[in-house]
Amino acid sequence: MRKIFALAVAAAVAVIIAGQSGCGKGGSKSEAEAPIKIGALFAITGPGSFLGAPEAKTAEMFRDRINAAGGINGRKIELLVRDTATTPANAISLAKKLIEEDKVLAIIGPSTSGETMAIKQLCEENRTILISCAAAETIVNPLARYVFKTPQKDSDAARWIFRTMKEMGLTRAGVITSNDGFGVAGAEQLKKLAPESGITIVISESYDKNETDLTGVLTKLKGQNVEAVINWSIVPAQSLVAKNMKQIALNVPLFQSHGFGNIRYVRAGGEAANGTLFPCGRLLVAEVLPDSHPQKKLLVEYKREYEARYKEDVSTFGGHAYDAMLIITEAIRKAGSTDREKVRDAIESLKGLVGTAGIFNFSPQDHNGLGMDAFEMLTVKDGKFALYEKKAAPATGRASPNE
Amino acid sequence: MRSLRTYAPLLALPAVAVGLHGVLAAEGDIARMTQLIMSAYYALVVIGLCLLMGYAGQASLGHAGFFALGGYVSAAMTTCNLLPWRQTTAVRLCEIAGLLIERKDPFGMPLLSFSPWAAFATAMLVCGAVAFVIGVPVIRLRGHYLAMATLGFGLIVYRIVLAAAVFGQADGISNVPPFELLPGLRIGGSRAWRVENYYIAWGAVMAAMLLAINLINSRVGLALRSIHESEEAAHSLGVDTYRYKLAVFVFSALLAGAGGVLLTHYNGSISPSEASVMKSVRYVAIVAAGGMANLWGALGMGMVLNYLSLRGQFGRYDEAVFGLILIAMMLFAPQGLLRPVDWSVVRRLLAGRARNG
Amino acid sequence: MVWAQIVQYCLSGITVGSVYAIVAIGFNIIYNTTGIINFAQGEFLILGAMTAVSLAQVMPLWPAIACAVVLTTIVGGLVELLFIRPVRQASPLRLIVVTIGVSILMREGMLHVWDEKVRALPYFTGSGVSTVRVLGAHVSPQVLWVLGVCAAIVAGLTLFFRCTLTGRAMRACADDRMAARLCGVNDRRMVALSFMLSAGIGALAGCVVSPITQTQYDMGAPLAIKGFTVAILGGLGNSAGAVAAGLLLGLLEVFAMSQLPVAYKEAVAIVVLLLVLVFRPTGLFVRRESASLRTA
Repeated sequence: MRKIFALAVAAAVAVIIAGQSGCGKGGSKSEAEAPIKIGALFAITGPGSFLGAPEAKTAEMFRDRINAAGGINGRKIELLVRDTATTPANAISLAKKLIEEDKVLAIIGPSTSGETMAIKQLCEENRTILISCAAAETIVNPLARYVFKTPQKDSDAARWIFRTMKEMGLTRAGVITSNDGFGVAGAEQLKKLAPESGITIVISESYDKNETDLTGVLTKLKGQNVEAVINWSIVPAQSLVAKNMKQIALNVPLFQSHGFGNIRYVRAGGEAANGTLFPCGRLLVAEVLPDSHPQKKLLVEYKREYEARYKEDVSTFGGHAYDAMLIITEAIRKAGSTDREKVRDAIESLKGLVGTAGIFNFSPQDHNGLGMDAFEMLTVKDGKFALYEKKAAPATGRASPNE
Repeated sequence: MRSLRTYAPLLALPAVAVGLHGVLAAEGDIARMTQLIMSAYYALVVIGLCLLMGYAGQASLGHAGFFALGGYVSAAMTTCNLLPWRQTTAVRLCEIAGLLIERKDPFGMPLLSFSPWAAFATAMLVCGAVAFVIGVPVIRLRGHYLAMATLGFGLIVYRIVLAAAVFGQADGISNVPPFELLPGLRIGGSRAWRVENYYIAWGAVMAAMLLAINLINSRVGLALRSIHESEEAAHSLGVDTYRYKLAVFVFSALLAGAGGVLLTHYNGSISPSEASVMKSVRYVAIVAAGGMANLWGALGMGMVLNYLSLRGQFGRYDEAVFGLILIAMMLFAPQGLLRPVDWSVVRRLLAGRARNG
Repeated sequence: MVWAQIVQYCLSGITVGSVYAIVAIGFNIIYNTTGIINFAQGEFLILGAMTAVSLAQVMPLWPAIACAVVLTTIVGGLVELLFIRPVRQASPLRLIVVTIGVSILMREGMLHVWDEKVRALPYFTGSGVSTVRVLGAHVSPQVLWVLGVCAAIVAGLTLFFRCTLTGRAMRACADDRMAARLCGVNDRRMVALSFMLSAGIGALAGCVVSPITQTQYDMGAPLAIKGFTVAILGGLGNSAGAVAAGLLLGLLEVFAMSQLPVAYKEAVAIVVLLLVLVFRPTGLFVRRESASLRTA
């Protein structure tokens, strides 16, 4: 009896698996007109969805725009978007599928560092260009020939924070970071770069990324007489920190990371968010940039198009996907072919490429292309993002944190 | 008591494996083997969990914890670099014992780490020890208390791997080297080794099923089924319920850990999401869908559902699908989609003992 | 530690503790009447808060909260009707599995209705920056609301179970379902009512904490886990115990945070859970009569 059932199961399994007839098999178009296949792995669901959802939307928007304009060198782009659910094992499985079955030229994404590191070697071995939207330094260092990333460097963000602190005459910082990859990387960079900027990190604590109440952690900081609080995390902790600080009367400047890149977080923080300082790409203050700024046109256009199409606020995270699409399409255009080596070389030769995160200058040694000038120090004024204006060295610089 | 007939169904496995291979080769789609391989390793967890839930009647909401424990121990040991400590006694002893190998990481840096076999053995030891330590106090709990305790265990493992630097914190451990079983036979993700890995994975599943069927048809297994039918009756017949349940718990933990080690080497990485509550819930959903006490059902469901999930067939509704399966199975087919195990053996056993006792 | 700091920590601890207590009370109500542990309890809190957030955009705050509570109560009833009642051969294992499935479905449903963005209700009084001085420490006025509402819920429930006919009927079901049935209590209705009541108080609690903790579709599961820990710590089925245990756990977590690296805070609840299960599964405040009655 059991044998029959076993065979039945086996048969069912075989039917299901066989029934998935090659979805990646190319059509019958001629080589010159066949669409260029680009894969995209985003964390559209799961804990990384605040990254992956806007990234996927941006990528699709970009593809539609390119295809409407006739494609690249006459060939349209076929974007294969896959949801990894923020799980590295899924990222591996889907990446293999894209590489081996769909035979994509390049993969955009993934959204998080953990997923990227899981497929870094895979893409390198299979000579598939990987343009990641994740922030970890280890993605491009040690360097892999086919692996690139679009977000700015964490170390530059940390330097900006410390530079601004120094300008404000503050030296004692309390650092709180979330326990996800972004927070851990941030904590490391902050710790590493504080001494060279003359800043002392008095206390450094890591909290759970899903924490709903930070008053306890902040009370601990308050007890250490910190002059500024640096919070390196993503949503929802960012807005929470601002509010909690005010609620327990910890009235010192609050610095955030470039994870603060969406006006929603400002709204969530309400009044408490005013005065927050953070380094960020210029997307969020696109309108107030001078017209002569090279990024202005692109940023304003992206913002307008995204908000009109998706009826939601634009974020810097979606911008990383925009930059990735921009880089690959520009490289293909420049190389004039879809030969992997040529496109890869073309990426490394891109200079002065205006993107949302900054102006990219790639090289064989630099697979990120962005430097400190990609960031701008921003602040929040009256519930809106504004450029931070350096005040003259304050006489009353040291705000007393306790009453 | 055990005849060849009990093992005959096992032959179906190689038949299916070769059959599928043929189908995929004919379609020119060998690449799809990778999801089958991954599903096979996840199925090891499912087989163990089926024994625990179906035959020993113990819920476990933390089995992903054992999977992760095995995977992480192996990953940490095979990616660590002991070169700076080469001169210390401990490291030198390990070297002499042949536990260490010198290799280069993907970027050419020299490394001294544990050999995959040493790591595998350690991972098994750790899983077994932890399962024993957790099991001793927890197995005597009932119903939801046991479920809560296993949930707590899974959470602790998750928190540990998320927080510990040696486990890579939130990003996990990557660049895990391939596992060389025999010279020339490696567990690894490279496309060149795909077919051999396919058969290795099926081999692992066969071995697990062999052990599981052995267990079911052994004294332990029959005792378990009697416990499942009626714990009081079994107890009154002198069946040592506690010891048997503990044995199955440890065994299922070892299977899960083995799955973790093998998949980690195949994928080349592991991350905290492998220890999450959602993963544990998925394993439970699969066992429920296959029929709580139906090994073949659990295996089949495990292969199919994981395969589809890994290929992204469920898209954004992946989680929802497993939630629906849980509910649907419990409401409409609590015995699973396939027929349940034949209980007549148990009745005969109980009758036999009563006569002799 | 300075006195003000201690008070500050205590207030933090009591605030989170009271939320855990409400979740635990929700578990207890259902557990008492049916013997089921409802894994979806956390989701009721989030559902209530999310619904209120959406409604608050078209109506004033208080009616929005009231409607949200009512709607979530109805959902609670539907959950019982559609998913719990039809389960045949209900064993603890089966029911646990079903409620896990329900919690997943509710979460995914909320994701698709409200997407992944973080939302929050407006503060009941004041705003995000308001702060009041309490015994030397500073807290948001919302904290006082949380404490007040939780206390009101506990008081209300005590009155309900002690003084109203329905409440007493539910207690009868909890003590001995068959006997209650024989006395003419409609036990099936009591079961539905218990789910609805749990959902309702969950929704109310979710609304009152939403301004300070913010609300996201996947916050239900961690809340539920802390809630179980508290329910088991206080003794499954013992609501007064749940309140005490909730406050205790909240304070434990906060004081652990003050002395150890904050990273270990999450481990506190899990360690407590495991210790209780291993050494005293019937809870700290066990009532001897009820301890023995619950069989697996």
